[in-house]
Amino acid sequence: MKKVSLEINGKKVTKEIPDHITLSSFLRDTLNLTGTHIGCDTSQCGACVVHVDGKSIKSCTALAADLEGSKITTIEGLAKNGKMHPMQEAFKKTHGLQCGFCTPGMIMSAVDLLKSKKNPSDTEIRDWLEGNICRCTGYQNIVAAVKEAASKMKS
Amino acid sequence: MKTFNYHSAKDVKEASKLASSSSAFLAGGMTTIPSMKLGLASYKDIINIKNIKKLSGIKVTSKNVTIGATTKHVEVANSKEIKKALPSLASLAEGIGDPQVRNRGTIGGSIANNDPAADYPSACIALNAIIHTNNRKIDAENFFRGMFETCLKKTEIIEAIEFEIPQKSSYQKLPNPASRYAVVGVYVAKHKTGINVAVTGAKACVYNDKDLAGALKKDFSSSAIDKVKILSSGMNSDIHASADYRANMVKVFAKKAVDAC
Repeated sequence: MKKVSLEINGKKVTKEIPDHITLSSFLRDTLNLTGTHIGCDTSQCGACVVHVDGKSIKSCTALAADLEGSKITTIEGLAKNGKMHPMQEAFKKTHGLQCGFCTPGMIMSAVDLLKSKKNPSDTEIRDWLEGNICRCTGYQNIVAAVKEAASKMKS
Repeated sequence: MKTFNYHSAKDVKEASKLASSSSAFLAGGMTTIPSMKLGLASYKDIINIKNIKKLSGIKVTSKNVTIGATTKHVEVANSKEIKKALPSLASLAEGIGDPQVRNRGTIGGSIANNDPAADYPSACIALNAIIHTNNRKIDAENFFRGMFETCLKKTEIIEAIEFEIPQKSSYQKLPNPASRYAVVGVYVAKHKTGINVAVTGAKACVYNDKDLAGALKKDFSSSAIDKVKILSSGMNSDIHASADYRANMVKVFAKKAVDAC
């Protein structure tokens, strides 16, 4: 067992955890933050993307013990004062989801993209979302959602 | 995933001391962790080396680019210094996996794992790399031994990789559409002292294609490659590409690389 202290969605958390527990399991099973989904569990599908110290990573392939002292943001941490993040609003508005399983990862990944590229092209969005797999939408509306969010976040 | 004991080493000496025949060093974990989950590997001890400061960083001189073992792909891809001194290497890093993999995966992890379809081993061969470990300096051509095999000893840790800056170079690959691993990748580098054509993805291990290098030595143009016959014997054959297809792609991507030099 290892003791880890992290900041998750602005709250300090300290827990004793088994050495081999991944961040995704820690979030879901220990902290009940089930918005982070586990799909492939081998860092291919992107359903588990969260931000660690501001950068998007796949939480199924990071050990919780390895993240001592990190600041983590999950999909639950995006809304502020009961108001959805512009990326969440955009996915809703443009029907950027169907079953919704991939959506938390898609949104966390797309939010990270807009940090470095304020006005990404379709190609840049598709390239960036290489590691996020959606089996429903055909991606068109996901790209539309990211563009919509980018224009809202600029203004 | 089977349980293990997690250790975070504060320096190379401690990490090396903790290592045994049933341990693995952990940097980005982009291969180690999925391999453990899939039951392809299991370890008694996992030794995190990411917190060892001296293993990370980029140093560029007029002759060399030296990259610390735990430097992440994203750091190589975005490094202004590398983009200027050795743009082909920055572009290789930019093409690895996906943004989340590039945010965690490290150069040392990539070459230590020596996946037959990994990108970085080709850079090591093409750019006459010297692999610095805690015990010795190893030439790239002696480092890669076979499929997932290197000459590293169990307690040996890669500290940095020193690349020689060539006169011109380019890395071009046919990426697997899902993983972006190289189905075939060709790194062409023209040095003052000679030409390297490093091929990854095609065989069990990265190799320097002497026939292609010989043809380019006489005439550094993509048309010179047309005359070279690439045999499919020894090439990988799987659901993504047959051996014959790979042999042809070696030619196609070698030509692309020469044109992009």
